[in-house]
Amino acid sequence: MPDSSAVAPQYASIPHRDHTAELGMWVFIATEVLLFGGLILAYFVYRHAFPQGFAEGSRHTEIVIGTANTAVLLTSSFLVAWAIEIFSPATIRIVTWLLIGAACLGLLFIVLKGIEYSKEYDEHLVPGIDFLFAGPLANGVQLFFIFYFIATAIHALHMLIGICLLITLATLCRKAPTTRHHAALHSAALYWHFVDVAWIFLFALIYLPGRSAS
Amino acid sequence: MTDWRPPLALIGAWLGLLALLALTVTLAYVPLGAGNAVVALTIGTIKAGLVATIFMELWHRRGLTLVFAGAGLFWLGILLYLGSMDFLTRT
Repeated sequence: MPDSSAVAPQYASIPHRDHTAELGMWVFIATEVLLFGGLILAYFVYRHAFPQGFAEGSRHTEIVIGTANTAVLLTSSFLVAWAIEIFSPATIRIVTWLLIGAACLGLLFIVLKGIEYSKEYDEHLVPGIDFLFAGPLANGVQLFFIFYFIATAIHALHMLIGICLLITLATLCRKAPTTRHHAALHSAALYWHFVDVAWIFLFALIYLPGRSAS
Repeated sequence: MTDWRPPLALIGAWLGLLALLALTVTLAYVPLGAGNAVVALTIGTIKAGLVATIFMELWHRRGLTLVFAGAGLFWLGILLYLGSMDFLTRT
């Protein structure tokens, strides 16, 4: 693969540069793990305090949309991993389409999330804006939905950033892909997969509890 | 012609992830008491492990990269362990 520019002086070679970029991305992902980790710790603490309220709140989420969105995100990650695997000047058209496909799946995720939010608004389940829930579990359900909206909104923001990255890189590398494009795409892919992993845990914590008792 | 097909490992990981998703949703409806949460988080961890090892290529990495990737998990462990101890041991 061609590389138009020389390697920066701090690197001995192209693999050295790429390895450094990969390590840097993992450091960034570690900070992201702690960002979502703090949210998940808060979730466990409040679920421990309000187990029935959290189960009840979970039963009010849209499991069909949540499951579909998980499948969408897993498939999107697969397309990005595929693009990285076959990245070369000869396959760049397919790589570009795979990246655009992954970004479109990301957008589909956001659209489905929007539909879900509007359903929750209609059911008066948005704390701080319109929350009506009667009964002894109201406090726990409200805490659940505060976690739900904060966690899923932060996740959706990460999705939007990832979609922009994928579209930008698909546009940049579609004509003359270089090793720099490959390194950048590899970093973006690690980020995209991390957002996928974060969702896997959010899905298990938000949608699945309390289903067997309904 | 250059091969554009995805490697079998990627296809396997993708299908495995979708199968685990179907399994975890199905098991969520089976009454297991406290076991439901354990099952959901165990399957979630397996799915995350598949993404990390296959999609994020950790299976092919050695040494320093694994240390950097593991650092996040290490600090997450400290956060969750020390953070939840107080609440789990209160009487």
